[in-house]
This record gives sequence, structure tokens and C-alpha cells, in this order.
Amino acid sequence: MSEIFTKTMARNIYLGGSVFFVLVFLGLTLDTTRRMPKQDNRHNLTEQVALGKKVWEENNCIGCHTLLGEGAYYAPELGNVYKRFGGSKEAIKGFIKSRPVEGIPGRRSMPQFNLTEEELDAIAEFLKYSSEIDTNNWPPNING
Amino acid sequence: MSEAHLSYQSQAVAKPYFMAAIGLFIGQVIFGLIMGMQYVVGDFLFPEIPFNVARMVHTNLLIVWLLFGFMGAAYFLVPEEAERELHSPKLALALFWIFLIAGALTVVGYLSVPYATLAKITGNDLLPTMGREFLEQPTITKVGIVIVALGFIYNVGMTVLSGRKTVINVVLMTGLVGLAVMFLFSFYNPENLVLDKFFWWWVVHLWVEGVWELILGAILAFVLIKTTGVDREVIDKWLYVIIAAALITGIIGTGHHYFWIGTPNYWLWLGSVFSALEPIPFFMMTIFAFNMVNKRRKQHPNKVAVLWAMGTGVMAFLGAGVWGFMHTLAPVNYYTHGTQITAAHGHMAFYGAYAMIVMTIISYAMPKLRGIGNAMSNRAQVVEMWSFWLMTVAMVFITLFLTAAGILQVWLQRYQENAMPFMAAQDQVAIFYWMREVAGGVFMLGLILYVVSFFVKGNGQEAAQPAYG
Ligand code: HEM
Ligand code: HEM
Ligand SMILES: [Fe+2]
Repeated sequence: MSEIFTKTMARNIYLGGSVFFVLVFLGLTLDTTRRMPKQDNRHNLTEQVALGKKVWEENNCIGCHTLLGEGAYYAPELGNVYKRFGGSKEAIKGFIKSRPVEGIPGRRSMPQFNLTEEELDAIAEFLKYSSEIDTNNWPPNING
Repeated sequence: MSEAHLSYQSQAVAKPYFMAAIGLFIGQVIFGLIMGMQYVVGDFLFPEIPFNVARMVHTNLLIVWLLFGFMGAAYFLVPEEAERELHSPKLALALFWIFLIAGALTVVGYLSVPYATLAKITGNDLLPTMGREFLEQPTITKVGIVIVALGFIYNVGMTVLSGRKTVINVVLMTGLVGLAVMFLFSFYNPENLVLDKFFWWWVVHLWVEGVWELILGAILAFVLIKTTGVDREVIDKWLYVIIAAALITGIIGTGHHYFWIGTPNYWLWLGSVFSALEPIPFFMMTIFAFNMVNKRRKQHPNKVAVLWAMGTGVMAFLGAGVWGFMHTLAPVNYYTHGTQITAAHGHMAFYGAYAMIVMTIISYAMPKLRGIGNAMSNRAQVVEMWSFWLMTVAMVFITLFLTAAGILQVWLQRYQENAMPFMAAQDQVAIFYWMREVAGGVFMLGLILYVVSFFVKGNGQEAAQPAYG
């Protein structure tokens, strides 16, 4: 880089540029959080859904699955599992309950978490709520 | 003894940090291989080590060893740049043990009890922060991380403030403070999933595509000054331009994670446009490294450190820049989001940028820290170069195999007319997972060789060289 472009100029671009874009980002964040209620399905965010999220977290489901495309890629997307299971919370509960403790020989297996009935209801409700978030049309199809 | 080759005695505290980093790196890769196996032999180690547990260990060890590496780098280079001793070597050593023990206990916790039990006994109820990707640590571990970070920043900060304030030191400090500040968002875990995800990325994205780039740039600049002897003015200017480009593109670039999580659709184009520019700072790092080495004023005996520095430039650009760009435009990401393409990119980017910069500074600093001189013996350097090539080429193949698996996955599961369910598609691409596992084995070999290189004795010629550079 030549003499015309000095170190001071480089520093000013760095400082000015980062301050400017931090401010823009904060502005966008404010705007996003204001618009979020339209998309984030918060009117269905019940106590039970909140408990479901906690069950989701405390069993580290994200360690194998994706949720809205984020997480691990070892097991299916669960953001739309409620829809994939035909809109049945019972089907979700049944699946989680029936995992064999020793796994399925040779196959990727989901652990048996021994959830209580209350926790099962909550996680199913949480997955239903997740499936109703407006995700700009993602995933492309029901397979997730 | 060893201090003879250090400009400042207190730099010696960097050594345990680097050793811990390498040790944890080995642990990380072992768990990577376990998961790689579980991808193809589904019940491998089940139910003793379920996949999710192996994954937590793999990714958390990665982050922790990189943090050890960054801290070691700071303890080594800050005194030298500031031209004074570290504020408190004792504090640095105490924090080392606290961090190591907290980290070890956390991993033992992951492996020995079910995660739900760990959540219970560590009081996740009081302040639920667990169970989110990369942030799986119990809340008390997170608090421990914050305490260590505060002590570290205080220690290094006092050194910077009362010493010579070089651009490298100020940029490094800014990056480290940014790292700590962004981590605070890991304590924010609202019940609203969309809000949770939105701010989760303030930790993850604003780390690797934000403040960590400052740390990366500063370490790279330091090693290049030392090994090439190029004028500091030139290097400083490059550093400013690189980090300017990083933040100008990377902050709004966070938007490439706000496409499909329930956020407004203006992020589709904002995220696409800004993140499409994110490869620029990485490309500049490549040019920077090669340019400085071409203009070098001296032949530094530590050739392998220069190799790591140039390798970082290239691999960071490939992993973050090229593989990042590949899936960052919203219309592409619509299909690739959360597939093996993501995993391919994550691997090459983390290795190429952050694993390699830590290896670069270790390679430069270790001979001095061990009292050997400015460089290891030629024989030891040749072994280390072998390990460089084995690991780097293995990582290229891991990335290529995962990319192939990912493209097929997208086609089979999301794109073709009669798209198939997730698990059916996984079975179809198993061959690529096998090949990834083989490449992973080669990576492990390279890593073993890397450790071996520390024990290779030379003829002592290099060690006898006068200390300079
Ligand atoms: C022997 C080599 C390795 C193998 C076999 C391996 C395997 C894996 C596997 C199977 C996953 C989980 C993917 C999933 O969620 O389904 C993973 C995740 C990850 N690994 Fe590795 N790994 C290896 C080395 C490394 C190295 C050297 C690094 C970085 C320096 C690394 C960084 C990561 C990261 C960042 C993730 C999370 C990726 C994401 O969320 O997209 N791995 N690895
Ligand atoms: C050294 C810098 C970088 C590192 C370490 C890195 C690492 C990662 C990791 C680990 C993920 C997966 C996160 C998860 O588990 O959900 C990810 C996602 C992503 N990265 Fe990067 N990245 C870097 C730079 C970049 C750059 C420069 C771009 C764009 C040009 C980019 C584009 C993306 C995109 C679009 C995703 C989302 C993938 C998806 O939708 O599933 N990354 N990155
Ligand atoms: Fe990102």
C-alpha cells in the first residue's frame, strides 16, 4: 500500500466503519424485536411451552437434532416434526417414550430419557409451537 | 534456564497455556472420531456415550483449547509488544489452573451423568442457560469462564496500559474484550425461541466473524513482524484494513443466520449482501501473509512457524471465505441450511482460521519458551512440517467428503421431486461418511506427529544461534 493511503486513514476507516455498523446493527435489532410478535408465535407461548423448552434444553436434544435448521445434523429436523407427524402430539410423545434403552442394533438410536407425562406433554406442546413460527417458508418440504 | 531466550521473563506463563491447548486438542479430535464412527455405525458406544454427549465434548473442547491458545498468545506477545513484564504472572498462573480444572470437571460431568442430571445438580433452574449448541456448559461453568476472562483482561489490560501501546496490542485487547462481552449474551435465554436464537448468534457469529478476527489478525501480524522483519508501519496498516473489512461486513453479516428463524424477511437481502462480502478480510489475510513473507528482510530460522502463518492465510480464506460464501446467499441457504454443507464449512473454517493461528503462535513461541532458541532443530521442524501437511490435507478431504455428502443430502431430501425422509437420505450417503472417518484418522496421525515433533532431538546447531527476532 502506498504513501497516499496512510496508517491514520486506515485506522479511521476501522474506527468509523465499526462504530457506524455497530449502530446500524443495534437499530436493526430494535426494529426486529419490534416486528417479531408478528412472526414468532408468542401468543401461543404458554407456561407449558416454556416448560417444554426447558425439557428440550435440559436433555440436550440440540446435540443430535436441528431446530429451525440449527443444531446437530445427526438426526432429523424437529422444527416441523409436529406437521410431519400429522399434527399429532400423541405421536410425538409415543415416539419419545418408546425408545429402547439399549438402542437399535446397528442404527443411530435416540436415548431413552425417561420423561414424566408432564414433561412429555410440555415437549410436544413446545414442538407444536415451534412448528407455527413464521420462518419465511423454511424448510423447503416436510422432510425438514 | 528457559527464560534466557525470552525478552521478558513473565512471558513464560504462556507455556502451560499452550501445553493445555494441545492436550485438549487431542481430546477434541478423539471425540470427533467417535462421532464420525457413530455416523456410520449408529450404535457405536451407545448408550454409554450417546452422540450428543460426544458432540458437546468435541465442540466445547475446541472452544476451550482455542481460548487457552488465545490467552497463551496474549501472555506471550503482550509483554513483548508493551516492552514490560506482565502485570501479574501469579494471577495468570492461578487463572490457568482455575480454567483447566473447571474445564476438566465440566467434561467429566458431560461424560459421567445424564445431561438432565447435570442440569439439576448444577442448578440450571436458577438461571437456565444450558442445552443450547456450543453453550452447553452448566451455568456455574459459564460464571467461571467470565471470572477467568475478567482476571485475564485485567492482567493483560494493565500490562498494555502501562507499556508501549502498539497497534497489535490495542487490536488484540479490543478483540479479547469483545470476546468476553459477547459471551455475556450466553446468559440471556428467553422463553421465546426466536428471541433466544436471535441473541445466541451474538455469541457465536459475532465471535468467529467479528471479534475473533481481531485476535486472529493481531497474532498473525505479530508473528509476521517477528519472522519477516518487515517494517511495523506497513504491517500496522494492513492490520487496520483487515479488521475494518472484518467488522464492516461481519456485523450486519450476522443476518445470514436470520433467514429462517422467525425474523423479518428484510434480513434475507441484508444478510446475503453483507455476508457475501465477508470473504474480503479473509482474502486480505492471505495476501497479507504472502506479501510480507515475499518482502522479508531476514531469513528467520523458524521456518515452520512461517509455514503455519501462510497456511492460516490460505486455509482461513478457503474455509471461511470460499466455503462460507458457498451457502451464504439466502436462495442457496434455503436448501443447504442445517445440512452437512454447514458441517463442512464449520470444520474448515474453525481449523483454517482459529486452530491454525493458535498453532502458528505456538510454533513461533514454543522454542523460546522451552529455552531451545529461536527455532527447533531442523529435524524437529521437518517432523512438524509433516504434521502440518497431514492435518491440513486431511482437513481438506474431510471438508470435500462432507460437502459431497451435503450436496447429495440436499438433492435427496429437499430438492428432488420425490424427496425422501432424513434417515433414508443419510443411508444413501454413508459412503462419504466412511471416507470422512478415514480422513479423520489421517488427521489424528498428523496430530500425533505434531506432538512427537516436540520431542525430536536435533544436532543442537540451531539452538546455538544468537537470539534475535
Ligand atoms: C478427526 C477429525 C474430526 C472428525 C471425525 C470430526 C467429526 C465431527 C462430527 C461428526 C461432528 C458433528 C456433526 C453433526 O452435528 O452432525 C463435528 C462437529 C464439529 N466439529 Fe469436528 N471432527 C473432527 C475434527 C475437527 C476439528 C479439527 C475441528 C476444528 C478445528 C472440528 C470442529 C467442529 C465443529 C466447529 C463442529 C460443529 C459444526 C457445526 O455445528 O456445524 N472438528 N465434528
Ligand atoms: C473463521 C470464520 C468462520 C468460522 C469459524 C465459521 C464457523 C461456522 C460454524 C461452526 C457454523 C455452524 C453454526 C451452527 O452450528 O449452527 C457456521 C455457519 C454458517 N457460516 Fe460460518 N464460519 C466462519 C466464517 C463464515 C463466513 C466468512 C461466511 C460467509 C461468507 C460464513 C457463512 C456461514 C453461513 C451462511 C452459516 C449458516 C449455515 C446454515 O445455514 O446451516 N461463515 N459457520
Ligand atoms: Fe455467521
